[in-house]
Amino acid sequence: MNSTPVLRKAIKYFAISLSIAVISSCSSDKSKTSDSDDTVTLDSLEINEQLIQDVKTVKEIFYSLPSPLETAMILKQAGAKYNEELLNPVDNVSRYVTNKSMALNLGIYTTDLSYASLFDQTQATINYMNASKKMAEGLGILNAIDEDIVERLEANINNRDVIMDIISETIMNSSSFFEENDRQALSTIVLVGGWVEGLYIATNLVGSDADLENNELVNRIIDQKLTLTTVFNLLNQNQDNEDVKNIITNVNELKAIFDKIEISTSKIEPVTDEETKVTTLKSKTKISMSPKTYSELKDKIKVIRNNYTL
Amino acid sequence: MKKIFQVIIILTLIAFLPFAGKSQCKSFAKKVCKLELSPYIHDGNFNAAILTEGEDAELYKTFYAGQNYRIYICGSDALPEIEFQVLDVNRNVLYDNRKSNYSNLWDFKLEASQQLIISLRVKSGEGESEELISGCVAILFGIKENASE
Repeated sequence: MNSTPVLRKAIKYFAISLSIAVISSCSSDKSKTSDSDDTVTLDSLEINEQLIQDVKTVKEIFYSLPSPLETAMILKQAGAKYNEELLNPVDNVSRYVTNKSMALNLGIYTTDLSYASLFDQTQATINYMNASKKMAEGLGILNAIDEDIVERLEANINNRDVIMDIISETIMNSSSFFEENDRQALSTIVLVGGWVEGLYIATNLVGSDADLENNELVNRIIDQKLTLTTVFNLLNQNQDNEDVKNIITNVNELKAIFDKIEISTSKIEPVTDEETKVTTLKSKTKISMSPKTYSELKDKIKVIRNNYTL
Repeated sequence: MKKIFQVIIILTLIAFLPFAGKSQCKSFAKKVCKLELSPYIHDGNFNAAILTEGEDAELYKTFYAGQNYRIYICGSDALPEIEFQVLDVNRNVLYDNRKSNYSNLWDFKLEASQQLIISLRVKSGEGESEELISGCVAILFGIKENASE
């Protein structure tokens, strides 16, 4: 019978704590747009012993795929040349109207953007930034790609460091936006789109007469067998999502081919240069892949990539 | 009864904390941590979480032959020191920052591509206090083109 005052009191406490939480949440949104805070110090909480134990057993696990920028740098380092014909034409942007196609092509266009910019292709860099921006807008990624980003890009078009920084910031803003808004499935789809585009460019840059055993680009393509586990782990975290389910099917088809490639690695020995303080992880890798397997891999990547872009 | 109300407050705050924390974490990583990667270029990937002292995290990533990498572990000032190790897939330790005075960065390159594990742990604060400190921890990767290019 005396439950009403208790209930009222409980509601009052709940309302107060809800208000505190909402205010805290809103203020962080403000800081997101203004980017004015330099440090983060979250309030400490006084919690009972059981909760302390629970918190201590929690473990965060991250799976990280190569970003579009890293993919482009790997390609260049491996001796890739620039070939604009391999990129997804920017005129295709109007084709992408679903969240899945926009997310895949945000990854694809950002990889094309990174690739073009690393080879100092100024007009293509601007065009692919515009295409990426359209995909981001379609996905509702407010503030991920600033309104003035293309102008900033044009103003610094001959300064590769600034351009790299703008691209890196664009990628980070997009991925963190998805994380902040609990849209991890889309974040994963963007990354997989970029990863497939990197494979597509790489496999098409390897000439038909190339020596598959002594080709750095081929080696980097084969290395993606190592990344495949990370791709699956990321996708499996969002396997309830229908769009992700379709992509898992595609990646399984790739896995079936990668499984035919054998990679064995010797024990890693870290050696640090005392002057530069840079450590080299010394190890040797043995790879076994038939030309037929490589051909199958190239064909499958083409089918999947065209399925994403056409 | 007072305890019930306290529990309600704590649970509500815990429920909303991640939203505030994630946004703050991005700002923290962008404004504070990214600067420390120079002269390496940030790869653009965002790996950050709110961690509490004593809590650990792991990150799995393939690193590629021929690339120069910088790993930078960035924790908010309120947190105790962060221990981090780099392990191979068999969990052999390749780097341990406890041997480098808890340095929060490590520069390396690879002769052959490898999947590595970055394992980190926020040290527990000293004393028997029940007050746990939480803060943003970001794991950032910088990449650099070879100087020979």
